[in-house]
Amino acid sequence: MYVAVKGGERAIDNAHAFLAEERRGAPDIAELTVPQIREQLRLAVNRVMAEGSLYDPDLAALAIKQARGDLIEAIFLIRAYRTTLPRHGASQPIDTGKMSITRRVSATFKDAPGGQILGPTFDYTHRLLDFTLAANGEAPAAPVAPASPDPVPHITKFLNRDGLIETAPPAEDTPADLTREPLSLPASRPLRLQALARGDEGFVLSLAYSTQRGYGRTHAFVGELRIGTVAVEMQVPELGFAVEIGEIEVTECETVNQFKGSKTEPPQFTRGYGLSFGQTERKSIAMALVDRALRWKELGEDNSGAPAQDEEFVLAHCDNIQATGFLEHIKLPHYVDFQSELELIRHLRAEAQAARQEAAE
Amino acid sequence: MSVQELPTEDRRAWMGLLARARPERLAALLPAPLPAHADLRAPEIGAVMVRGRVSASGAPFNLGEMTVTRCALRLTDCGTVGHAYVQGRDRDHARRAALVDALMQTGRAAALRAQVLDPLAAEEAAARGLRAAKAAATRVEFFTLVRGEDA
Repeated sequence: MYVAVKGGERAIDNAHAFLAEERRGAPDIAELTVPQIREQLRLAVNRVMAEGSLYDPDLAALAIKQARGDLIEAIFLIRAYRTTLPRHGASQPIDTGKMSITRRVSATFKDAPGGQILGPTFDYTHRLLDFTLAANGEAPAAPVAPASPDPVPHITKFLNRDGLIETAPPAEDTPADLTREPLSLPASRPLRLQALARGDEGFVLSLAYSTQRGYGRTHAFVGELRIGTVAVEMQVPELGFAVEIGEIEVTECETVNQFKGSKTEPPQFTRGYGLSFGQTERKSIAMALVDRALRWKELGEDNSGAPAQDEEFVLAHCDNIQATGFLEHIKLPHYVDFQSELELIRHLRAEAQAARQEAAE
Repeated sequence: MSVQELPTEDRRAWMGLLARARPERLAALLPAPLPAHADLRAPEIGAVMVRGRVSASGAPFNLGEMTVTRCALRLTDCGTVGHAYVQGRDRDHARRAALVDALMQTGRAAALRAQVLDPLAAEEAAARGLRAAKAAATRVEFFTLVRGEDA
């Protein structure tokens, strides 16, 4: 028989104190500051902003400190915080064509106007541990060169000219918002992109990888990957015009995919799209591949039953806060549930034993 | 002077500059005591949903939110109203930005421009220029080694 109990307050308080002490680590080592995390663990900060779905580097750095570097826990903290904020409005769509470029590469066009700008990338490093970093080496100043004032146009525009690639005609519909209404299926492409933009990097990466290995293959090239800052503008009702409310760093990836054509479309290249907060290029590329794989129905392609083609599977499982919430809750007390299971097993065993005895007699 | 008479582009430019400014820098350029004013909307921290476009040019979608603090106030002496929407969660940043917005609509505009806006604009341009120059140094120059038809 199960008896309702309560308790554990003292244990919980002490566990929190122990957690705080462990978070601090050895007291003879200097404490990490939030600005240090913001400046020196920038890519962790970016991931927390992208999946926390809130652009605020200071808050993301604080969350990382509080979470002891557990990024999913930090994302959880940011998601919880953002629910407390009033919504001042929605921005006008950002114009990534006017990005101040930090990095911009194309895997399809060597001589793209605007050039191949490598930026601060891990590509071409040898992935050898650098022991000078352990010895507090000062970073050398990055070289400079005259920057071109010319705009850096999107590369897909060049393919558009010959009609070799599908176009994305402008529209002004108000997009559905996952944070305001529950996900409903089938989802529009804008809704899928919102879910993927805040989806778990590891999950989206693995799904994208699965399409490359043949589970919903889409033959993707990175047409363009660009990282830099863009202005965010919002229409302010009390002013009657749009003002710039800030500037954010984003990563944008456009894939160029093979497409054999369908009953309605001629053979042409198609596109997948990735966009995420901060310098988060693995995430953005993966997002573009999964976006493209999910478009099979719209493009009249075959459904091979691959996970990356299954909208419900992808969208219902890409959110790491939903996932970890459901996964981790099973370690919390389930005494009553388990008691009923125990009763059931005992009952079945008694019945089985009785049946065996009857047969023997 | 009413809002409608002002050249909107000019006002858009300074509001954007103030929104992007670092709070501590703005505080240094416009130190206390601040000009007398009354709050119309006390500084309020909130979020704005940032939108992108499908494939950069198509239908809008919700990318994620950003923190934004807003404020509206009225100058005590002339009644001029100033508005601010600034990036981040710094209430003093929003208050100072709204004050500058109000003062820029008064006879003190030229002084304010020299004291606050010009330094902010110069520093921002220098920082952007340096970042662009560092990026430009990583631009790939291709050299043709052997052409297929020459080999």
